[in-house]
Amino acid sequence: MDFLRPASWEEALAAKAEHPTAVPIAGGTDVMVEINFDHRRPEYLLDLNRIGELNEWEVGERTVRLGASVPYTQIMENLRAELPGLALASHTVASPQIRNRGGVGGNLGTASPAGDAHPALLAAGCEVEVESVRGRRMIPIDDFYTGVKRNAMAPDELIRSVHLPKADGPQQFSKVGTRNAMVIAVCAFGIALHPETRTVRTGIGSAAPTPVRAKEAEAFLTAALEEGGFWDSGSPIPPSVAKQFAQLAAGACNPIDDVRGSAAYRRHAVGIMARRTLGWTWESYRGNAHGSKGGAQCA
Amino acid sequence: MRVTFTVNGRRQEADDVWEGESLLYVLRERMGLPGSKNACEQGECGSCTVRLDGVPVCSCLVAAGQVEGREVVTVEGLADFAKQRAEGGGCASGVCGTSVAEAQQWQARPAGSQAGEQAELSPIQQAFIDAGAVQCGFCTPGLLVAADELLERNGSPSDADIREALSGNLCRCTGYEKILDAVRLAAARGDSHTAGQGA
Repeated sequence: MDFLRPASWEEALAAKAEHPTAVPIAGGTDVMVEINFDHRRPEYLLDLNRIGELNEWEVGERTVRLGASVPYTQIMENLRAELPGLALASHTVASPQIRNRGGVGGNLGTASPAGDAHPALLAAGCEVEVESVRGRRMIPIDDFYTGVKRNAMAPDELIRSVHLPKADGPQQFSKVGTRNAMVIAVCAFGIALHPETRTVRTGIGSAAPTPVRAKEAEAFLTAALEEGGFWDSGSPIPPSVAKQFAQLAAGACNPIDDVRGSAAYRRHAVGIMARRTLGWTWESYRGNAHGSKGGAQCA
Repeated sequence: MRVTFTVNGRRQEADDVWEGESLLYVLRERMGLPGSKNACEQGECGSCTVRLDGVPVCSCLVAAGQVEGREVVTVEGLADFAKQRAEGGGCASGVCGTSVAEAQQWQARPAGSQAGEQAELSPIQQAFIDAGAVQCGFCTPGLLVAADELLERNGSPSDADIREALSGNLCRCTGYEKILDAVRLAAARGDSHTAGQGA
C-alpha cells in the first residue's frame, strides 16, 4: 500500500489522475473500518487532510459552498440557519468523535443509501462539485446516486464541495434507529419547504438501493398546497392531505429486509416520518413565513 | 513509512509504519502507550478516543499517515494537559508535556496519596475515582478524554450535554450512572480545581 499525501488540491487531482484506483481518505470513518477489518486493501490511500480548502465553507448570497471535508460538527454549529435540514441530519450522525471527523464528501463518495446526509441533500436540492485534471463539473444531486454504493463520478474525479441553496423555508430531518447515537439509519426522511418557488422537496434514506426523492408525494403536496391557497393563507394542512402525502412517500420506498429492519417496517416508518416532518415544517412556516427553526426531534 | 508527530506535548517519531495502520496501533504497539484501548476498531465504542489537534476523535479511524506534523493527546498525557490548561496554557519552558517513558509507566496516583509530591491526576480522573465511576476500567480512558474535553468547552454542562458528549463511548459494565456522577462532580468542583476553564 502507498500513502499519498498531496499538500494541495492540484496535487490531489494529479495523484488521482495518475492512480485512479486510489481511495480518498478524509475523516476515515468508513475507509479505516474497512482496512481495520481487512475488507479492503487499496493499493493507494489518498489523504485529503492536508488540503485546507476542503475544510472551508463559503456562505454566498443564495448558496452555501460546503467543502467536502467540513466535519458534521462544524455544519451543526455554524450552518444551522442556512442549512437547517443538513444541520439536523448532521446531528444524528454517529457520535461526537465521528462527527468531528466525517463530512458530506465521505457520505457522497461512499454513496451508501444509509448515509445520513443524503435525505437532507436531496430535499435541499444541491449540486456536487467534482473535479479532475480534465476539469470541473457540477452534478445535480438528483443525478448523483446511480446504484448501491455507486455514484456518477469518474475514477479520476474527487469531490471538492457541495453547493446548497440557502434555506428559503423550514426544513426537517427524521431518522429511525434503536438509540439516539451510534445508529445507522433503519430509514430516514428529509423534507424542505421552498416557499419562494412554492414547492416541496423530500429525501428518503435507507429505504431503496439509493437515496431517493418521494417525487409523487412532492408533486401531490405541491399541487394541494397551491390549489388550497395554503402558502398564502397559512392554514393548517388537512389531515387527508397529510395522509395522502405520507402514503405516497411510503410508496416511493423500495426497501429490503435486513438486520436493521424489515421492508414493511421501513415503508411504514417512512410514511410516519413524512407525515410528522410535514407537520413540523408546516407549523414552522405558519409561525414564521421565513422560519427555518426547529430543534432535533425524535421520529 | 516514518510518521513524525507530537504526542502529549513531545515530538515523536514512529518508523516502519504500515500505510494502512491506524493511529491507535501506532500509539499502542509502536510507542508502548496502551492507555488508549483497542476494542471495536470501527469507531463504535470510543475507548480509543484521543485529542487530535484538540478535537476528540477515535484513534482507530485515523490513518497513521494523517497525523504527520499534528498534535495528539492521549489519556497518559491528560493530567499534564489539564495542568497546562489550568495554568493558562502554553509551554514557555519547552519542557512540559509527558515523555513516552513517563507515559509508559503512568499509573493512577490519587492526589491525596503519599506516593508523590504532585497531584498526578487531572480533575476528571480524580472525579472518576471519587465517584466510583471505574468498574473494569476498559472504557475509562476514552471516557476521560471525552469528558475532559466537554468540561473544557462547557464548565457547567446539563445532563443532556453530558449524555451527548459521552454518547460515543460505550461502557459494557453499564456503569453509566456513576460516570455521569463523576462528570457532574468534576464540573461542580470546576472553580476550585480549575477543571472547567476554557483552554
